[in-house]
Formats: sequence, structure tokens, C-alpha cells
Amino acid sequence: MALVIRYQKVFIHALIIAGVVIMLYPVLWMLSSSLKPTQLIFTDHSLWPKEFTLDHYKNGWKGISKTTFTTYYLNSFMLVFFAIIGNVVSCSLAAYAFARLEFKGKKWMFAVMLMTMMIPLHVLVIPQYIMFNKLDWMNTILPIVVPKFFATEGFFVFLTIQFIRSLPRELDQAATVDGCGPLRIYTKVILPLIVPAIVTTTIFTFIWTWNDFFSQLLYLTGQDKLTVTLALRMFLDAMGESALGSLFAMSFLSIVPVFLMFLFFQRFIVEGIASTGIK
Amino acid sequence: MRTKLARRRSEGLIPYLFLAPWMIGVLAFSAIPIFTSLYLSFTNYNFVGTPNWIGLRNYITMFTNDPQYLQSLKVTFTYVFVAVPLELAFALSLAMLLNRGISGLGMYRSLYYMPSLIGGSVAVAILWRQVFGEDGIVNQALGIFGIDMPSWIGTPSHAVWALILLKVWQFGSPMIIFLAGLKQIPNDFYEASSLDGAGRWKQFAHITLPMLTPIVLFNAIMQMISSFQAFTPAYVISEGTGGPVNSTLFYTLYLYQNGFGNFQMGYASSMAWVLFIIIGVFTWLAFQSSNKWVHYDN
Repeated sequence: MALVIRYQKVFIHALIIAGVVIMLYPVLWMLSSSLKPTQLIFTDHSLWPKEFTLDHYKNGWKGISKTTFTTYYLNSFMLVFFAIIGNVVSCSLAAYAFARLEFKGKKWMFAVMLMTMMIPLHVLVIPQYIMFNKLDWMNTILPIVVPKFFATEGFFVFLTIQFIRSLPRELDQAATVDGCGPLRIYTKVILPLIVPAIVTTTIFTFIWTWNDFFSQLLYLTGQDKLTVTLALRMFLDAMGESALGSLFAMSFLSIVPVFLMFLFFQRFIVEGIASTGIK
Repeated sequence: MRTKLARRRSEGLIPYLFLAPWMIGVLAFSAIPIFTSLYLSFTNYNFVGTPNWIGLRNYITMFTNDPQYLQSLKVTFTYVFVAVPLELAFALSLAMLLNRGISGLGMYRSLYYMPSLIGGSVAVAILWRQVFGEDGIVNQALGIFGIDMPSWIGTPSHAVWALILLKVWQFGSPMIIFLAGLKQIPNDFYEASSLDGAGRWKQFAHITLPMLTPIVLFNAIMQMISSFQAFTPAYVISEGTGGPVNSTLFYTLYLYQNGFGNFQMGYASSMAWVLFIIIGVFTWLAFQSSNKWVHYDN
């Protein structure tokens, strides 16, 4: 009996590992191809290259028409940085008000907040594009970053509200007795306690903004304004299949920051998905 | 007394100060755009001229005089209603496999989630072009079994399948939600039923699946909504064309081409509203049907 269970366990592990190999094979193939000399990419079928080269990384980094990936990475990181600050500050402010303060119109405002989460981006994007064009914000990061300072991603507001609601109200009451007003309660009591919600907001803002191709495609057009995501697409169009090695090398590098985020913050990501159903 | 009154008044205003960014945001980036978009959908606005009211003409053209639009609807429906069920089936199977008290759960869960994390990126879309190309690894693998396939992304009847498989490959987040749901099912249920002699399949059909139906509904709606709006993979894999022969002309890709390629912003706005209505109707239908198949414990 014990032996049967042991065999069953081995079988399950084998099945799961086989699944993992199939799932990750494309990504490993991309990494392996980026390290092979061009002529071997399609002829050397093994994942472990017979010959290693870093040329694709050197050539790929040079980018297209004099702008290097250094610029693209700086652009991406700047975009992500401001997006995170915007989301964290504005969403936690709104969440505190919804979770803890009493005011007229709270019910319907909360309903409005939930409704905004359901509107597809495509319904809003054309008027927004026209507006940003009138404001002369084209080819800057403003159209992507500024809305985030106004809690437009209702999802993060909602997530933070749920988190604050799980904190005992006695904490605020004690602070009120000590003479704290809402602002001090928010900064001294609530903010330190909602660090997990802030971390979750930070991680997902990072990953989504990094990968958000659509907005970047719409608003960033100048060669020196491109992000890593856009540069990869340009690369694909400009080089086609001839520079496949460099294309793979830069593609792989572009997902490294996302991998690293995941590696460091796995727990928050998994809990965030499990409790709120992200994406 | 006066200070108390003053404090109450200031507290009356303070919540609105906390909410001010959000209120401005809703007004400027949601409310005004949504009404503008509705108005534009009844015009022929082309970004440079002035919008002229043309009534329902955009909506009528879409369904009667724009074969490409109908094609984009067909492609998107195929994508959503093939990819989402497949994705959920994989997510549930893996969640059940991982939920059997095996060691290394955390690591396995992370590895299966990895594709979901990067799946929306341009890098993976580029990768997919190669994976499903003529000499791609998929065809090489099929070649071992003597199956000879053309380039998937170059063949109209196959191209959408490469995109469907890309979606299915990203079953990580529904899987994690299923796993969380499976943990909620009390172990007593299984113990009691195995005393009654129920086998694994019976347990699945009579305990696991019924208990999970609220989560199935949730996952199905979330994935359906996001699939209707899929854009990046189709755009990158077809280099913005929706080809070959419009076989990957996703709804949002055609909307993008109209709105920001040809600057037919009136027409694109009508398209956006129809998409909004489609998503709304299918979400409503899912909730309606849920009375028949979703079990909530009291």
C-alpha cells in the first residue's frame, strides 16, 4: 500500500515536471538561440549551444539608427517609476477615504469607482488621445503617467480598500483619542500597515506598465522616446529575420526585469492573484 | 463648543480632499471621455475636420458594408470561445494535480505561472512568431511524429491557432485562483465520500466541481473580458496587418487600424461601443446562466 502511494507520488512529480518543461521550453529556446551563432540557430537543435557567442547581445544593444538600448531601458524605467509613484499615492489616498471616512455621496461614488473598472479601455482611448493631442502631450510620457496620479486604475483602489478593511478599526479610534486627525491617521497608522497592498500595487504597476504595448505605441513615437517594448517591435520590423539572434537577445533581456520582480516578490504576486483575481 | 463645530466642519471636507485626485481622475479620464466617445460614434470625425453628426450610419456600415469588420468579429469570437475554455480546462487540471499534497508546490506553482507573467509582452509575441514559423520548434516536434505542417503564422487557417495556444499557455492566474478555491473545500467531504466508496471521478463530479463552480464563473468572466480586448500578440505577430488574409484581424486591432491608422475616429468609436455592448451582454449571460450551474453554499 505504502509502495503504491510512493509510486503514485513519483508519477505525479514526473507528470508535473514534464508539463513544466513543455511550458518553459519556448523561453529556454529563445535564451539558447540568443547565445548561438546565427547559422546554428535553426540547425543546432540542442538547448545547450554547441558554440557560445555574446555577439547578439553586443549587436542587439546597439539598437536601431544610433539609439542604443541604454536609452530604451532608461525610458522604460522612467515611465515605470512615475507610474508606480502615481498609482501608490493616489490609490492609497482614495482607498483610505472609501474604507475609513464618512462623507456624503460615499455609496454612489463607490459604485462609480466599481463601474470605471468595467469600462473597456477602447471606449475611452479615442477621446483621451484627442485630449492629449490638444494638450500637446504627444511623444511624452505624460499621457501614460499623469492619469495614474489620479487613481484611474480603480483596481488598485479596490485592492487597497479591501486591505484596509481587514485592519482593526480600534487602531484608528485609538489614534483619534490621542488627537490625530485623518491625515495623521493615514500617514502614521494606515500607510505603515498597508505595506503589502502597496507592494502589490507596485509590482503589478511595474509589470503592466513595462509590458503595456498599446499606450506606448499610441503616444511614444520619437526614436529617442521609445521604450524597450516599442524598440523590440521596431527591431522586428527593421531587421526582420536577418537579425534573429539579436532580436532574441534583446527580447530575452526585455523580460529579465519582469522575471526579477517575480523572483523577489513571488509571495505578494501569488497572494494578490489568489485573493483578487488579477487579470 | 466652537472648536468642536469647527472640527466637525473641517472633517466634513477632509474626506473630499483625500478623494480629490480620484474625483478629478474619474471626471477627466473616464466620465468626459465616455460621453465624448458616445457622441463621436454618431459622427464621421477624422481627427482633422470637425465631427459631423451622421446618426447611426457608422453602426449600419459596420454590419452591412464592411466585410473586414465582420471578419474581425469572427476572428475574435473564435479566439475567445476556443481559447478561454481550453485555458480554464488546463488551469483546473494543473490546479488539481498540484493540490495533492505534493512537496515543492510553491516552486511548481511559480514555474507554471511564469508564462502568464511575460505572455502579454512583445518579447513573447516575437518568440511565438518563431515557435510557430515554418522551421519553428512546434513543427520540428510534430516532424518527429511524421506530421508535416506549413508555417502556422503564414497560413490563414492556422494563424489564429498560434494565438489561441499563446493564450492557453498563459493559464497561470486562473490556475492560482483555482488552487485557492480547492484549498477551501473541507477535507471531511472527501473523507466522508471515500467511506461511502466514492472513487476519484465521482468525487470530482460530486464534490470538487460543484464546490468550484463560483470560481469557474469568476475565472470564465475575467478571462473572457480580457480576451475580447486582446491586442498585442495579434499586432506583433502579424506586424500590425492582421494577416495573413485578415485571419488574425482581432477586433481591437481593426479598431486600432481605423482609429489611429486611418484616423476614422468616429467609426472606431462606434466599434468601441459595440465591443462594450458585446462584453456587457456576454457577462450578463454568464451571470444569468449561473443560476443553473453555480452552487453557492449557504
